Amino acid sequence: MITLIYDGTFEGLLTAVFEIYEHKLTEVSICPEHLLKPNFFDAKRSIVSDTVKANRVLKGLHQRLAAGGVQRLYAAHLSEIAGEEDNLLGFIRYAFSTNETIEQDFGNKYVMRLSYVLKLVRREKHRMEAFVRFQKMADGIFYASVEPDFNVLPLILNHFKKRYADQKWIIYDIKRAYGIYYDLQDAVFIQLNFASSKQDGKTIISSYSEDETLYQALWKDYFKHVNIPARKNTKLHLQHVPKRYWKHLTEKI
Amino acid sequence: MNDERIREKLSILADAAKYDVSCASSGSKRKNHNKGLGDASNGICHTYTEDGRCVSLLKILLTNHCIFDCAYCVSRKSNDIKRAAFTVQEVVDLTMNFYRRNYIEGLFLSSGIFKDADFTMERLVRIAKKLRTEHKFNGYIHLKSIPGASDELMREAGLYADRLSVNLELPTEAGLKLLAPDKNQKDMIKPMNFIKNEIILRKEEKTLFKKAPLFAPAGQSTQMVIGATPENDRQILYTANHFYNSFNLKRVYYSGYVPVSNDNRLPGLSTAVPMVRENRLYQADWLMRFYGFNVREIVDQNNPHLDLDIDPKLSWAIRNLQHFPIDINKADLQLIVRVPGIGVESAKKIVSGRKFGKLNWEHLKAMGIAVNRARYFIVCNSQDFERRELSGTKIKQFILAESQSKYLKQKPNQLSLF
Ligand code: SF4
Repeated sequence: MITLIYDGTFEGLLTAVFEIYEHKLTEVSICPEHLLKPNFFDAKRSIVSDTVKANRVLKGLHQRLAAGGVQRLYAAHLSEIAGEEDNLLGFIRYAFSTNETIEQDFGNKYVMRLSYVLKLVRREKHRMEAFVRFQKMADGIFYASVEPDFNVLPLILNHFKKRYADQKWIIYDIKRAYGIYYDLQDAVFIQLNFASSKQDGKTIISSYSEDETLYQALWKDYFKHVNIPARKNTKLHLQHVPKRYWKHLTEKI
Repeated sequence: MNDERIREKLSILADAAKYDVSCASSGSKRKNHNKGLGDASNGICHTYTEDGRCVSLLKILLTNHCIFDCAYCVSRKSNDIKRAAFTVQEVVDLTMNFYRRNYIEGLFLSSGIFKDADFTMERLVRIAKKLRTEHKFNGYIHLKSIPGASDELMREAGLYADRLSVNLELPTEAGLKLLAPDKNQKDMIKPMNFIKNEIILRKEEKTLFKKAPLFAPAGQSTQMVIGATPENDRQILYTANHFYNSFNLKRVYYSGYVPVSNDNRLPGLSTAVPMVRENRLYQADWLMRFYGFNVREIVDQNNPHLDLDIDPKLSWAIRNLQHFPIDINKADLQLIVRVPGIGVESAKKIVSGRKFGKLNWEHLKAMGIAVNRARYFIVCNSQDFERRELSGTKIKQFILAESQSKYLKQKPNQLSLF
């Protein structure tokens, strides 16, 4: 058994797949470096992300998979679930093993697994599209913090760019310490340096735009008043809005 | 703007609007074509109320003043409550500012009737127009039309709104006479017909001239209050079916009556909201729209009410055991979707998956099928299948026994679809 260690990027994963075919490795596992256990005794090899190699694999995948197939692999990879690389590898191997398109073979465990992980990632993407709460800052930028279960920022970028085309905004993943900034032209990935400003909530509130507090209050009022107490159903409520999302939801704070 | 006053208005006018249950914001195709704000093609639920309902739109009344006296409605003239009214600009500002913060997908605006129908409708239309033209707002707008409003205003409404609705209010004319004496079904059917014809007309124009304006691209819907009057489920579903077919409705909403009055024409104030019944009606509605069921298969003379214990698909299957068991590896898609425990998505997976090899129970489980329900109705690539000749009643008992614990833990008000 040999473990290939890669940098956690999709390009890195595809490079690893290239190496596996190049060196005809069979007993192999792929692991991102940040999850590597220090007391790991198996054979290891580090993979350096390589655009040319990754593209070779991509090209092959495009030929074997239906339109959107590569995008699906990419999205599943963003789940960052520990050990998921091996399932993706299983899927890719199955795809390369035959000339048939295998993506509808729901009797196959890798195909089924991919569809399952995709469901999780897509649910998180939808949740973020729903749960982002912008706060208008004094400088006119609309700012939102999020902490998604999976790394879905790259998947929601287009949705927000299309929708909020006439306002500047930032969506920041505090768990993964990066965000998207849209400046009325382009949406780019950014990293903010919070160290210089005190991150105690107060500093944020003091930089709100003038009407921000009123609109937050109005939204909370609204949320309270659309509720019909005679229909209370806490279980269903929690199922739709799990507690871990509450701290970023204006109406639940 | 006086902060306290606007907050009070919002509280009153959101409170008064919440009994209209429709909240859908999907089905439109309005794009952000002018680099303005928003698009209306997603249908996102931004949050959920504590009763578990989707919050997608800013759903408010323009005013809860009303010249009518519908018994089931909190805003009725004779009710002693606080009244309020928004200005056009206030509704525009709320919508824009909520949308910019990603709180909502758009606006669902309806109103009590002040003065007369046209006077009220004109204001609703003005709000929609202002949002679209002055503010380049491309989010979702649903206007509830005021019964009796002129065709001219309805036409204008359709140019700015994504969806228009006319509420039937009650499933039958008789019910309407009893509880809403100021209204009659003709006043509702006329605008529905108008909207239907206008949508068809605009669609034809659209194919001729690409630039022809959109007219209510998300179609029209309606709502009926359930349980305020004694109609049975058969009457309700037949009415729904009739309106789906005759007016191309996108949705019919069923709203379990929430007691708001001790009027002796109505169920008493302590009556529970018929939530299980409401949920069964929605399930039946889905069967008609997505599962290829005819309304007569769901309810008929002998079965005028939906079974409250089990969903209508299971109920149908138990009454029609002669169709089962079906072979999952051979049967047509239309038959597979009729199996209890199998939804449309999993049925499609079965049909694609079986091309690669015969499916067994493990495969079905992995595809997300509720095998503990489906097993009474199917065979697959396995020696293990239900060999007993079970009666419908027995199957129901077994299935209920298995799901019993689940049912008991949760108050059975909103159950999932199948
Ligand atoms: S017309 Fe509408 S707002 Fe007025 S009482 Fe009847 S249902 Fe209520």
